[in-house]
Amino acid sequence: MSLLEQSVQALHKQLREKEITVSELVDASYKRIGEVEDKVKAFISLDEENARNYAKQLDEALVGKEEKGLLYGLPIGIKDNIITKGLKTTCASKLLGNFEPVHDATVMGKIRSSEAVMIGKLNMDEFAMGSSTENSGFFRTRNPWDIDYVPGGSSGGSAASVAAGEVLFSLGSDTGGSIRQPASYCGVVGLKPTYGRVSRFGLVAFASSLDQIGPITRSVEDNAYLMQVISGYDNMDSTSANVDVPDYLSSLTGDVTGLKIAVPKEYLAEGVNEDVKNKTLEALKVLEGLGATWEEVSLPHSKYAVATYYLLASSEASANLARFDGVRYGVRSDNDTNLIEMYKESRSAGFGDEVKRRIMLGTFALSSGYYDAYYKKAQQVRTLIKKDFDDVLADFDVIIGPTAPTTAFKIGEKVDDPLTMYANDILTIPVNLAGVPAISVPCGLSNGLPVGLQIIGKHFDESTVYRVAHSFEQSTDHHKAKPQL
Amino acid sequence: MNFETVVGLEVHVELKTKTKIFCGCSTEFGAPPNSHTCPICLGHPGVLPVLNKQAVEYGMKAAMALNCEIAPITKFDRKNYFYPDSPKAYQISQFDKPIGEHGWIDIEVNGEKKRIGITRIHLEEDAGKLTHSEYGDYSLVDFNRVGTPLIEIVSEPDIRTPEEAYAYLEKLKAILQYTEVSDCKMEEGSLRCDANISLRPVGQEEFGTKTEIKNLNSFAHVRSGLAYEEVRQAEVLTDGGEIQQETRRWDDANKKTILMRVKEGSDDYRYFPDPDLVDFHIDEDWKERVRATIPELPDARKARYESELGLSSYDAEVITQSKAMAEFFETGLSYDAPAKQLANWLMGEVNAYLKTADKEIGDVPLTPEALAKMIGLIEKGTISSKIAKQVFKDLIEKGGDPEKIVKDKGLVQISDEGEIRTMIIGILDQNQPSIDDYKAGKEKAIGFLVGQVMKASRGKANPQLVNKILLEEIKTR
Amino acid sequence: MARITKDQVKHVAHLARLSVSEEEVEQFTEQLDAIIGFAEQLNELDTEGIEPTTHVLDVKNVLRDDVVKQSLKREDALKNAPEEQDGQVKVPSILE
Repeated sequence: MSLLEQSVQALHKQLREKEITVSELVDASYKRIGEVEDKVKAFISLDEENARNYAKQLDEALVGKEEKGLLYGLPIGIKDNIITKGLKTTCASKLLGNFEPVHDATVMGKIRSSEAVMIGKLNMDEFAMGSSTENSGFFRTRNPWDIDYVPGGSSGGSAASVAAGEVLFSLGSDTGGSIRQPASYCGVVGLKPTYGRVSRFGLVAFASSLDQIGPITRSVEDNAYLMQVISGYDNMDSTSANVDVPDYLSSLTGDVTGLKIAVPKEYLAEGVNEDVKNKTLEALKVLEGLGATWEEVSLPHSKYAVATYYLLASSEASANLARFDGVRYGVRSDNDTNLIEMYKESRSAGFGDEVKRRIMLGTFALSSGYYDAYYKKAQQVRTLIKKDFDDVLADFDVIIGPTAPTTAFKIGEKVDDPLTMYANDILTIPVNLAGVPAISVPCGLSNGLPVGLQIIGKHFDESTVYRVAHSFEQSTDHHKAKPQL
Repeated sequence: MNFETVVGLEVHVELKTKTKIFCGCSTEFGAPPNSHTCPICLGHPGVLPVLNKQAVEYGMKAAMALNCEIAPITKFDRKNYFYPDSPKAYQISQFDKPIGEHGWIDIEVNGEKKRIGITRIHLEEDAGKLTHSEYGDYSLVDFNRVGTPLIEIVSEPDIRTPEEAYAYLEKLKAILQYTEVSDCKMEEGSLRCDANISLRPVGQEEFGTKTEIKNLNSFAHVRSGLAYEEVRQAEVLTDGGEIQQETRRWDDANKKTILMRVKEGSDDYRYFPDPDLVDFHIDEDWKERVRATIPELPDARKARYESELGLSSYDAEVITQSKAMAEFFETGLSYDAPAKQLANWLMGEVNAYLKTADKEIGDVPLTPEALAKMIGLIEKGTISSKIAKQVFKDLIEKGGDPEKIVKDKGLVQISDEGEIRTMIIGILDQNQPSIDDYKAGKEKAIGFLVGQVMKASRGKANPQLVNKILLEEIKTR
Repeated sequence: MARITKDQVKHVAHLARLSVSEEEVEQFTEQLDAIIGFAEQLNELDTEGIEPTTHVLDVKNVLRDDVVKQSLKREDALKNAPEEQDGQVKVPSILE
């Protein structure tokens, strides 16, 4: 088994016992990238020199040093919408092709303190707008299980790089499913934390009221490790919750006896692929076998979630992306005679079609005369959607359904049809609107492509989500399946 | 046709916090360009705002001092527009839940009192500073000022004359200075004013079309700009023309307003609640804690000066108009200066000097203690009022101790009757014609003789004694 | 019936400072119309009296103390600026 297919615990044991070095781990990461990156195309930039130097430093410090960071020496990839000091951060946008941040995101500070080794920055849909990573301003990332298929998105690079064994784990961001859906498509574990659990400071905002950074890993346990590091209150983020962070690892008891599971009928309805439905039902059987019970429930407003989401997220995005104006950073057009033309040319040349489309939609929804009909209406429907979740989660421990209605689709298949593409997020979007945590774990293959099981928890109850996901994972072999590249 | 003028003022005031409203950069004025910036105020990707508590409390304090109701729940919104001095291309401001509403200020113009309503006060962030190149082919942006906390104070359209506008601004400034939420220095841009003005036929209820005047760099410019615009609009309307909704700028060199741009429809700022900031709940406790920090305000102080110190309404008004002046006055009182005399000096010599020198009371070396001491010297008869003016000149220009100045320069008043009498006898001996004139009924002649005595004493002779002894001596001749 | 007109698309593009070709106007009009059409389904719901949700979490009064923090060095502040002059960011002429 290659080094990067092992768990955090296994690797730490070998590092402790000096069977391997951090440099060897980092070397394995770049070696694997060298082997498969041509096919996967997960990385926008690599930080090889710094990573190797840091690895050396960690190896030297290992002698005699007792206290080690929680992710000591482990190779990690970072989605390219998370600000990294001194390393180009592009959001996969041509407009930011040359942007070199002068500070670190809060999570990057935490990652650095944990002594993980940052390997490089990962491809994504431009500004996290998309479900396939086809909207990257640079190139498309491909699904390691079949390179004719999309890896999902927007954290396509984050999921693909982990699935392909290029890094041990990665960080993604999730606004409407952007961690869970690619995790599902790539057969890895991805968690969207409760809104407010992980600092957004330094995450380039797409939709501020929905965005969360989260971990993508090969196993639930590794996921809990990474989550432990990035969670917690940040006084630089007004929307960060001042709530204690539990020990996630200790929640992985394997015990789900008496657990009450809600299964929304809307999550197994028309539009959800039969195979996906069956894998979900099989997973529920596994959990039943472990002592949990499940019941069908309804989240009656789910069908309105996609429309609500696109109005709200696009409105917020239209303002969030206004700062990309070519004045203080980014690629500026050559027009140096007229300011308004400079703005328009820089933004039009820098943004891709999907980004423009959403900026236009959001600008429209906020514009005078339409605000009440679209933006405010959507905010009110959001209240109803959130209430659906609150009601169900008052009686149940978790909600379970598929992560996505289908497995990965073919590259190019939906790229010209925004509405069909949007509908693909129907099972993940409501979770962001409600702000609750949810994980996607592999629950089998359909025609050789992974299917993801989504486990949704109560606000700030990632522990239960992890416990259920871990119990399921450890009772099946789905997570052991690996793509052949 | 007779028109009625309707004016509404929008005043932006920079709050005196140490740091910006949403980040920890210093708000200090006059730093080298772009040296007080960070990723947050520069609007870098991924940054987030966190509200400065002091800015909120200054906002509350100002709103309370201006008799506003404080919002129980307030929030921030994004105002979207592109401009190079606005790094995020939206300004964080307050739209539908401003921190304060429904306030008022009492003003007095020509002895008549009037209440001017304040529609709202809201908090927002300032923009950067643009410098345009000589030929207008490019501009330079300094982001130091970006994010300085501002309050915008919007008046009701209750103002009817340029003088009322002037009085409103004076009073507003005084109140804000008293509460110590802002320096209110127009020359440093910490107080800025835009004026909206429209005319309507007397008796008509509906407002006319308004124009907005910008580039008003002093209260006097506001008054002049409004006066000019009042006449201009009346002429247009009288000639059967229509006023366009437009923005005009005050050109002080040519003393007129100039068209900047015509407004086409209303601006579409696409306000929406800023998802990066949370709601702010202001409970009674918090309000009371802030209210307790509000000092005695100008109106209350003025009333006290009238009732307790016996100052005239006018004197009390002028002295309380600026906090610095009022504080100077109070300190002077604490050095036992009699209130009326102290007020007279402040209203007279001190104000005259400040006006000519274009200075504020805080900018001169004169201290309240020195002025009080000097007045004490007059009261005791040590120096004459005339000599006092000489001493005062020294004090306000160079500072120092009045007793020492009087001593060093030998300015002590001569109050020795014998000494004065000797001087008078000498003068009278040489001025028989004046004595004759006086005796012939020309009372003016006495003035000449007094003058001669004062001259001989180099101004130091006690004038009352000179008068008395002079009359005595003339009688003996 | 078209919910969105080409003129609206042009206006919105201007507000968002995007330049759009005639072809793009055509395409965006069609696509935005479809999306807005899809969004109209929200009108099936009676939301009278329902509070809009801006934040899912009940967090309020997040404030910081008025304490000065280190600003960026000027060279860092200007590091990413496409054009600079005299320590300031240079922009083209502001023509209205």
